[in-house]
Amino acid sequence: MKGSEAIIKSLKDQGVDVVFGYPGGVLLPLYDVIYSSDLKHILVRHEQCAAHAADGYARASGKAGVCIGTSGPGATNLVTGIATAYMDSSPVVAIAGQVSTPLIGNDAFQEVDTIGMTMPITKHNFQAMHADEIPGMIKSAFYIAESGRPGPVVLDLPKDVQDEEFDFESAPSMELPGYKPTKRGHPLQIKRAAELILHAQKPVILAGGGVILSSSSEELLKLAEITGAPVTTTLMGKGAFPEDHPLSLGMLGMHGKQVANFTVDDCDCLIAVGCRFSDRTTGSIPLFAKNAKIIHIDVDPAEIGKNVDVNVPIVGDARIILQSLIRILSQHKTPAMEANAAWTRHVTKLKNAFIPRLSFDDIPLKPQQTIKEISEAITDDTIVTTDVGQNQMWMAHYFTSKIPRTFLSSGGLGTMGFGFPAAIGAKVAKPETDVVAVCGDGGFLMVCQDLATVKDYDIPVVICVLDNRYLGMVAQWQKLFYNNRISHTKLGEVPDFVKLAESFDIRGEKVEKPGELRETLKDALRSGEPALIDVVIDPDEILPMVPPGRGLTEIVGEYKVEREYSGEIPYKQSSKVEGD
Amino acid sequence: MDKQRTHIISALVLHKPGVLQRVSGLFTRRGFNIENITVGTSEQENMARMTIIARGDEKVLEQITKQLNKLIEVIKVRDLDPENTVKRELCLIKVYTPTERVRSEVIQYANIFRGRIIDVSPESLTIELTGAPDKIEALLDLVRPFGIKEVARTGPTAISRGSKTI
Ligand SMILES: Cc1ncc(C[n+]2csc(CCOP(=O)(O)OP(=O)(O)O)c2C)c(N)n1
Ligand SMILES: [Mg+2]
Repeated sequence: MKGSEAIIKSLKDQGVDVVFGYPGGVLLPLYDVIYSSDLKHILVRHEQCAAHAADGYARASGKAGVCIGTSGPGATNLVTGIATAYMDSSPVVAIAGQVSTPLIGNDAFQEVDTIGMTMPITKHNFQAMHADEIPGMIKSAFYIAESGRPGPVVLDLPKDVQDEEFDFESAPSMELPGYKPTKRGHPLQIKRAAELILHAQKPVILAGGGVILSSSSEELLKLAEITGAPVTTTLMGKGAFPEDHPLSLGMLGMHGKQVANFTVDDCDCLIAVGCRFSDRTTGSIPLFAKNAKIIHIDVDPAEIGKNVDVNVPIVGDARIILQSLIRILSQHKTPAMEANAAWTRHVTKLKNAFIPRLSFDDIPLKPQQTIKEISEAITDDTIVTTDVGQNQMWMAHYFTSKIPRTFLSSGGLGTMGFGFPAAIGAKVAKPETDVVAVCGDGGFLMVCQDLATVKDYDIPVVICVLDNRYLGMVAQWQKLFYNNRISHTKLGEVPDFVKLAESFDIRGEKVEKPGELRETLKDALRSGEPALIDVVIDPDEILPMVPPGRGLTEIVGEYKVEREYSGEIPYKQSSKVEGD
Repeated sequence: MDKQRTHIISALVLHKPGVLQRVSGLFTRRGFNIENITVGTSEQENMARMTIIARGDEKVLEQITKQLNKLIEVIKVRDLDPENTVKRELCLIKVYTPTERVRSEVIQYANIFRGRIIDVSPESLTIELTGAPDKIEALLDLVRPFGIKEVARTGPTAISRGSKTI
């Protein structure tokens, strides 16, 4: 068998049903095999989109997504998508072609050091120097990408290796003696965590993307319900806990919900599950949850103690650990929930006082109204992707996410251009589910060429371009922190997004008045065809935020809430006895 | 703040191309302050041993070991206890010895340090010295006044005392 045939056979052995790719000179042998293979290949229009689509596929399905790019520029174009997947622990297997082995190191045509270049942005990478290494490498690549803390793996496959003949059956299996992800948490630490929780009076749960990756949403819900601890999430944790649940506080952090920020500031025990305490989540570290004992559950030991000092570290799979923790807590005589009832009531009161106002009849549309209409047009299981910028933070803040793997966003790297191709990947992974990409006008333009892909392959995603004609988030910082000096963040009047869509023979609609977006989006989803909705929104609306480096309660700007709140924010211990 | 100290980290790694690059890349990227790395084969086939000398407080050390452990090609990592570790370095010193008198003086110094003369030319002598880094420093200080033409050091490698292994 040839190396190139082995690649496809090995991918299929891993259960791969679709790959996102873009061919090139050194990939001719591989593409020749793809030509007559039943493996579905989707030709994207830019390799960055191949990587984001593979990432979106992975985030939506939990299975590794696969992308392919040629050597040199193909590989460099993949890099942004690989780094995005790395930062958000998404299992992506990226296959890059490479110049033939005798040419490596000679600055051959389209040669780039893919291995060196992707070392810091992959969980691991492999270069095959002989065809018989391919089966073992591909198997290892999927195992590494999907197990433990997931992440991208790059395979660098020289052209002559693809052409080399070998005996597939007798190829060596690859061994990974240095890779053994921890699963079970240390029983003693779990016991200590349980004791901490039982002694706490103001517990809060912080859920990160790890809850989604480990499929432990059910356990998380159980933990919250038996302890009465309110739950906040990171951006990556959105969907890990139903945000319409009475105990949900919404997202924490720089652009978080104020009730989440105040509650974490006030809590005496923080149960952090599958999160890495990014600066966007914590604000100033010394001020972060300053009165709290912190329990940190994570599969990656290196995340523990990296940013925030913790009292009880537990390394392992969140699901298994939460199950043990729940078992111990349930055996206890007085349920923690009752003991914390007054705290739970206090937080609920605070939450009800900070209900954001969403309805506005202004023209141009307020972002709040925009998110409201999107929410009304879709069902709970609809997958929404966001781009990066204000559009993302409005979605993170105002959109109520209820189901894991339905809110896909580039958190760690903050990659503009992620939303649309990630939606392509998600739709390919879940053809029966509606997929809506909420993008900024700036970010969408970075990847708009892939409208050709959704047209060609009939991938019916609906794109909502939140059109403020600004690089809104950067302009927001310029307004708030740089004396309103709007330096190069005003976008001009072009393009006409409707005409842009139409030039790809895709339906384009422009909406400007309240109510229109909801109906147009419903309609577009019903049509079963790809569509773009140009949503003209107010460029001046600013979401309040915590300036970088400040404590989580030092919010600048006024939230627009349903009603004014005049009560106490910190919880008074005495009310614990008396109740409300 | 924890106190800074020099740590000796011993790591068993797969003997494969690129491993050193992964390790050193990790250190630069994460801003770890590394004084020295040595690599060589180990007692096990296909495995190499790396000895890393790094400065930092306990927290930095913890991150270094954890991040190293995450590398797929790293098998084992151990922070060696400095009290219970032997640390040795090989140093080659080419000294300028223009006269008979200088030459015999340099040879005497080398002998005191149990160094060996491994090359002689009309104008120079090359000393081979193995020892703890401070012993090497001491000999270098002694011969410096004669004129050191070239020094090549391996950097320290280390192993724990007694029968324990990492
Ligand atoms: C690839 C990339 N380049 C630059 C940035 C910096 N950046 C963050 S948000 C933003 C503005 C995004 O503008 P737009 O897509 O229109 O979204 P908006 O904030 O207006 O909703 C920029 C430039 C980035 N995150 N990613
Ligand atoms: Mg914009």
